[in-house]
Amino acid sequence: MGVVNFAHGELVMAGAFTIWLLHAQFGLGYIPAIAAAIVLVTAIGLLMERLLFRPTRSDPLAGLICSIGVLFILQVIAALIGGDGPSKQVPPPFHGTLVMFDVLRIPYQRVFSLIISAAALGTLWFFLTRSKFGWALRAVAMDREAAELQGINTDRISVIAIGVGTALAGLAGGLIAPLTNINPHMGHNVIVTAFIVTIVGGVGSLSGAVLAAILYAVFHTLVTVYFGGTIATISGLVLMVIVLIVKPTGLMGAKVSE
Amino acid sequence: MSSNSGFTMQRMVVGAIALAALLTVPHFLSFHHQDLLIFLTINVLAVCSYRLVTLTGEWSLIHAVMMGVGAYTVALLVNHFDLAIWFTLPLAGTAAGLVAALLCFPLLRMTQFYFLIGSFAAGEAIRLTWVEFVGVFGGTSGLRGVEAPIVFGIDFLDPIPYFYFSLSIVLLCLFILYRIENSRVGLTLHAIHWKSALAESVGVDAWRYRALAFILGSFFVGIAGGLKIHYLGSVTPNQFTVGFMVFILIWVIVGGYNKFYGPIIGVVVLTIFDESIRSFEVLRPAIYGAMLILSILFLPLGLESVPGKIKSWFGIGSPPPEPPLSDQ
Repeated sequence: MGVVNFAHGELVMAGAFTIWLLHAQFGLGYIPAIAAAIVLVTAIGLLMERLLFRPTRSDPLAGLICSIGVLFILQVIAALIGGDGPSKQVPPPFHGTLVMFDVLRIPYQRVFSLIISAAALGTLWFFLTRSKFGWALRAVAMDREAAELQGINTDRISVIAIGVGTALAGLAGGLIAPLTNINPHMGHNVIVTAFIVTIVGGVGSLSGAVLAAILYAVFHTLVTVYFGGTIATISGLVLMVIVLIVKPTGLMGAKVSE
Repeated sequence: MSSNSGFTMQRMVVGAIALAALLTVPHFLSFHHQDLLIFLTINVLAVCSYRLVTLTGEWSLIHAVMMGVGAYTVALLVNHFDLAIWFTLPLAGTAAGLVAALLCFPLLRMTQFYFLIGSFAAGEAIRLTWVEFVGVFGGTSGLRGVEAPIVFGIDFLDPIPYFYFSLSIVLLCLFILYRIENSRVGLTLHAIHWKSALAESVGVDAWRYRALAFILGSFFVGIAGGLKIHYLGSVTPNQFTVGFMVFILIWVIVGGYNKFYGPIIGVVVLTIFDESIRSFEVLRPAIYGAMLILSILFLPLGLESVPGKIKSWFGIGSPPPEPPLSDQ
């Protein structure tokens, strides 16, 4: 859509914080807490679309800067609610470990996250490629004016696109909360990884992003084990620059005309 | 832009008054504010050199790291060869320029959004190199041991002499940057920004000019990094994160990037503003963020457009003729 949301990592953080507040502090169930996180983050996203991205649509840089402003505000709100203290932990709601063939051990919490993520991705893929909305979305991304001439309500499409994207950020925050340390600055790592995966996979290509995410996760883990985490991130970034040079459209990206 | 770039009498007087004010001000400030003034001076150079890079219409996210390249160069030169500041500063700029020249080949193949992300990735990779190779760059705790230089018997550990020193270096660099922008090269850069295809059709090699802007901008920000480290005495990778890059971006955009002095207004006003909301502690970034959003939404041309707007409300020079037009 031509919108670069720098605050996306902070939206994931907001989702994770909601889980911490509602589930770990107030004792709400895990699933209702995830639902609340999705609703909250989507609401933030829709507000951003209406108040920031829509007025600055003609200038992508202005939208980017606005999202940086939102990033600062969300970090401060999280710090005010959670306090500046040490990182928060959410006790995993699912206990035990799935043992497969005696070699593969996955905690049920991760199994749960895996299944839900896969389901969400499947739905998103169906939504983007098989539904009328998906066609309209890609038409708007390609040429807004032409899409408008075809009778597509571009404002509505933008709202739905941002809504879906931020809802998924909320869900991601909810799923990651029991697996990681939660602090107001956790969004930075999320956005770096998201950038690498999106670029390597190809902007606007969901299957490319999934493929790149899996490849990058394996690559990052292997390099971390053998050479250390910093080297892994450096090589990830260098890899991304190489992909940008050799095939700027990414692994699965379609040809984009200038 | 070039039509009113001459050094008129009026401008010289204004400049002289501003310079006199700058020279007397530090004597009335507290130690903390003197510190701040020095960093402000250095940041002015950082934003103005960034503007040179953006003249071609490309926004990079590697500028802060280039400042770090300059700073690390100074730290290494002082620690290993004990060089004086007259040598370290130009070498800091040269090192940053060389790194930029090497990066031109991969990075300048991209444009727009891809260039933004590509330069971010390259910068972050360089920064993580400083974190990783502890033996050379000292890891996360960085390099120390750069003592304040003593020149002509003046100890630069004292903020006031160092302020005068950095001010003169920065003014010299600004003068050169200003001349570059108004030279044939600078006009070509503007041409590439606004009429890229037309410029290329009359024989302008856009790639070479973009590379030139990128290298020169990095050279000057490398000097800024060198100035910073000579005052601070130590350098760490955390001084040049994407967070600092975002601040450079904010200063340039809030100030207004269409005029040479726009970024300077941005960095000065925002630094003073940031200092005035010091008492809000935790809330500070949020206030900053809110102001950022408001300024983008209501002042898209930046702070430098404010005087023009006020003038157009009242009518220039002549007595205000009519009530201001609502959509002017």
